[in-house]
Amino acid sequence: MVRQAIGISLVLWVITGLLYPAVTTLFAQAFFPHQSNGSLIVDADGTVRGSYRIAQAYSGDGWFHPRPPAKEAYDPLESGGTNLAVAREDYQATVLKRLEAVRRDALDPDLPVPADLVTASGSGLDPDLSIEAARAQVPRISRATGLPEVELNALIDRVAVPRELAIFGEPRVNVNALNEALRARLKALDQRMPPR
Amino acid sequence: MADLIQLVVFVLLVTLFAVPLGGYMARVFGDGPAPGDRFFLPLERAIYRLIGVDPQARMTWRRYATALVVTNFFMMALMYLVLRLQKYLPLNPDGIAAMPPSLAYNTVTSFITNTNWQAYSGETAMSYLGQMLAITYPMFTSAATGIVAAIAFLRALTGVRQDLGNFFVDLVRAHTRLLLPLAFLVALVLVAEGAPQTFQGAAHATTFDGKTQVIPRGPVASLESIKHLGTNGGGYFGANAAHPFENPSPITNLIHMLSMMLIPTSLMFTFGRMIGNRRQAWVLYTAVFLLFLGMWGIVYASEQAGVPAFDAAGITGGNMEGKEVRFGIFGSALFTTVTTAATTGSVDNMHDSLTPLGGFVPMAQMMLNNVFGGVGAGLLNILLYVIMGVFLTGLMVGRTPELFGKKIETKEVKLASVALLVHPLIILAPTATALLLPDATASILNPGSHGLSEVLYAYTSGAANNGSAFAGLDADTVFYNTTIGSVMLLGRFVSIIALLGVAGSLARKTPVSAGAGALRTDTPLFGAVYLIVVLLIGALAFFPALAVGPIAEQLSMWFGA
Repeated sequence: MVRQAIGISLVLWVITGLLYPAVTTLFAQAFFPHQSNGSLIVDADGTVRGSYRIAQAYSGDGWFHPRPPAKEAYDPLESGGTNLAVAREDYQATVLKRLEAVRRDALDPDLPVPADLVTASGSGLDPDLSIEAARAQVPRISRATGLPEVELNALIDRVAVPRELAIFGEPRVNVNALNEALRARLKALDQRMPPR
Repeated sequence: MADLIQLVVFVLLVTLFAVPLGGYMARVFGDGPAPGDRFFLPLERAIYRLIGVDPQARMTWRRYATALVVTNFFMMALMYLVLRLQKYLPLNPDGIAAMPPSLAYNTVTSFITNTNWQAYSGETAMSYLGQMLAITYPMFTSAATGIVAAIAFLRALTGVRQDLGNFFVDLVRAHTRLLLPLAFLVALVLVAEGAPQTFQGAAHATTFDGKTQVIPRGPVASLESIKHLGTNGGGYFGANAAHPFENPSPITNLIHMLSMMLIPTSLMFTFGRMIGNRRQAWVLYTAVFLLFLGMWGIVYASEQAGVPAFDAAGITGGNMEGKEVRFGIFGSALFTTVTTAATTGSVDNMHDSLTPLGGFVPMAQMMLNNVFGGVGAGLLNILLYVIMGVFLTGLMVGRTPELFGKKIETKEVKLASVALLVHPLIILAPTATALLLPDATASILNPGSHGLSEVLYAYTSGAANNGSAFAGLDADTVFYNTTIGSVMLLGRFVSIIALLGVAGSLARKTPVSAGAGALRTDTPLFGAVYLIVVLLIGALAFFPALAVGPIAEQLSMWFGA
């Protein structure tokens, strides 16, 4: 029996641990090369800008910001949430401070703010925002870039995705895609305008 | 409303897949021909020849259990070698170091027992070869081990055979007929939705802001599919199924949840077919599903209600701390319920940051340990409670209890009690010990009753072979690695061996025809008895611990303390 036990352990080791991942990789790379390699954002000149799936840090007021960071700011080598107990008072104070900052930027002290904009995600790398969380940032970005709010809102509408198959998940907007579109819009404007 | 539609669609899809797959498995592990024989039989015969197994040989329960344990032992040895040596082995593009001994012991016991408790973080502690040969591998074999243990038990119940079958044949067929084809198909769907599957090392990006970002990748999808089909739960990355690469979209979230439910629910219908009483399967399926929906209702309502202070300040949308936007409250609450019902242990949101009552649900489900339960082991636990239900009602009316025409006597009840009592023992004893040791309490992240919940959750998760965590607890210490590791082994093998013992004893009994006075177990009444027994035993064992943990914390969040 020992010989058979060793034999089956080795055979399954090779089949499930080597053959199966290898064959899956062959098929995945053949049919879905973009996704297989991590849905990378690649510029026209070939520079890798990140992944559509992974949040990254944006400093300055002229960008849409992703959800607050959890551990190391948007470092994919440190994925995970804060793991803080939500009943903790110090945690609640942090969130309420973020709430104030959002309202200050929006110039609206009573703005209802969606929870995702003031809390950290489970992965710390959540690439999405709720539509309302993106809209709450529009006044700030408009002031910083000079783009009218209505245009920024149109940008959000264009990039946003609805529930999948109209049933599953939540409506959302990908921050990297949103900022990519924002950057393209600002570049196009730059080229039309005379040099300052 | 949208959430209600999602729930109904989910329940329908689970049932829609479970019934036919249950029938398919009954044929795969039955004595007659099965679909796909022409393709699979030659392959399987080649494997039998290679390892010197006579597929016709039958095993007694002792031989079956021994083969199961010995094989799992050698698998552990192979995994341990890979983890300790991964630094020197190929497929390590990011230069990952070897794993230290206590962490490697913890990881090996964790994955061989289908627990998938992770004291390491995949991004930085695991080479690609490690992810394949020490993680993906036991994700298949531990699931298959659970399935064949359940099947062997069912054979004993059917009463037509004295033996339990052949362990090696069952193990091979669970791979070839079920796990490998399903895992391959699901993996490709996950890739299409955005999960990576590559052997290239991490991507180095220059962000829009001009910073560098290192994005780890790897053979993620092939691990993710079997992780959920086999109710394993160990993530490729530290953030587990909350990570956008593991679970990129609401569709993958749905697929992950359906995958977890697939085999545990199907096995209930396999059971119905094998004992020739489908009504019995429906009664238990309905009872367990009701329990499941009740649990879901608690965590969903509690997360929707969120934190009172935030609500008052004008923050909308419930508790989103530790949750991902693409899943929302609904997708997170359902995932939490599924992963601790099917004892998978993957998380698509951080359980440590659930509201206290929300965090109560995963803990309670792992304590009950049979709200569907893991692949194979779950059905065994359900039948364990059925035996207890039959025994208790038998005592009440003063008759010898019978189960499917076989008398339940002292020996069966003794063995069942061992399986039943080991669970609270290996949760509560080490939790109490850890709370007394300053070194162990130093690992706690959050203060007060929540800190107690972190330790209680850890051992509950280990004993139930779940693997999810209140991840604030720093569990990568020699104390936690070794104690949780041993709890996982006991939680897995004591109950499997005890129940195979019950099976062996039942197999030798000749079925008696059901008399008029026999208690029928395929009625809604017995479904209710079953639920009462589950909740009663669970509450007796665990209510005190839960009261000082999550319940106390929720009350203080509501009313101030």
